[in-house]
Amino acid sequence: MNLVVNGNDVNIPDSVQTVLALLNHFQLENKIVIVEINHSIINKSLYEETNISDGDHIEIVHFVGGG
Amino acid sequence: MSDRYSRQILFSPIGKEGQAKLKNKHVLIVGAGALGAANAEVLARAGVGRITIADRDYVEWSNLQRQQLYTEEDAKQRMPKATAAAKRLRKINSDVEISPHILDVGVQELEALITHVDLIIDAADNFDIRLMINDLAQKREIPWIYGGCVGSYGLSFSILPGLSPCLMCLMETIPIERVTCDTAGVIQPAIQMVVSYQTSEAFKILVEDDQSLRRTLVSFDLWKNHHRSIDVSSLKKQECLSCGKNRSYPNLSYKNQLKTAVLCGRDTVQIRPSHSLPINLNHLADLIGDQGIKVEQNPFLLSFAVEDVRLVIFKDGRALVHGVTDVVKAKSLYHRYLG
Ligand SMILES: [Zn+2]
Repeated sequence: MNLVVNGNDVNIPDSVQTVLALLNHFQLENKIVIVEINHSIINKSLYEETNISDGDHIEIVHFVGGG
Repeated sequence: MSDRYSRQILFSPIGKEGQAKLKNKHVLIVGAGALGAANAEVLARAGVGRITIADRDYVEWSNLQRQQLYTEEDAKQRMPKATAAAKRLRKINSDVEISPHILDVGVQELEALITHVDLIIDAADNFDIRLMINDLAQKREIPWIYGGCVGSYGLSFSILPGLSPCLMCLMETIPIERVTCDTAGVIQPAIQMVVSYQTSEAFKILVEDDQSLRRTLVSFDLWKNHHRSIDVSSLKKQECLSCGKNRSYPNLSYKNQLKTAVLCGRDTVQIRPSHSLPINLNHLADLIGDQGIKVEQNPFLLSFAVEDVRLVIFKDGRALVHGVTDVVKAKSLYHRYLG
């Protein structure tokens, strides 16, 4: 399926169906992130049950500690 | 002298009135690494009345690529960053009252530092300190500005007590980063970008132009050409333990405080003594020198090498043990020389 992630067109295997799977796909599962799909923020407790669909605009912001 | 702030006063959102407000404000900068040094320089040049800057580290050669207040001389002499920063900042603007503190910021230290502070700038390099700042800022109702940076990526968010979500609302849990810290390096433009976001928000807060505050979580990757700004206000949680109705400030509890810490990506262990009695560096230098070990010293710290390890001892009794990541080994070396 085709998504726009952080402004870039990306093609994701169809097996990736949820927000959690998407984070795993990008190897971000251990990072603290904020996920926004089509301009609404997804609550962390809903990552596993929130589906993603073709054409979604997704923003993923991860927290970093360096300074 | 009267011309000094003319360009900033001509900028109408600041103006004469804003300039006078800046002069009466006090900013605490936690950390004097890349973010801290750059933030401090902007605020000092702008004429913020008082700047307090706290840092636990000293200047090394690897800092010079991005930590803009420091020189080769500082690295050669292993000057504590807070001291080196204050020296440079006073040269940049002698009107500003600069208070440097060489210490590892824990809850007690932070409690003491934030008295009469109008704004806290986060320039820390780890989330343990940030979450402490988060909870204490909520408790004392002081705004603070988070900034983080790694590689070409960075982000910033202003935490306004009572108005915005706090960092705990946004993160919910502590990043695993504290265990597997990032070693991806960092480039100076990314630092400057974070600092631009932090200091422009700082100006707005200090001149009390609340209308103009950004209020979004901003992030960017300068190498991948990404920029985004997300409205996170929906993440403010009533049940948040740091900023919600029944708050307990979990990040201020003493069990959350480490006596030893492995510093990220640096093969370094920091050891904090359980007491905080200043030590006599000259006396210690003699004792170690008597064992045939070459000791280097400046007024703030001493350092010496044994085997592959270098120990740096500060006046407050803290030690940085370089060349080890094993806390037990670091501790045993510490106790061998400091009892
Ligand atoms: Zn909160």
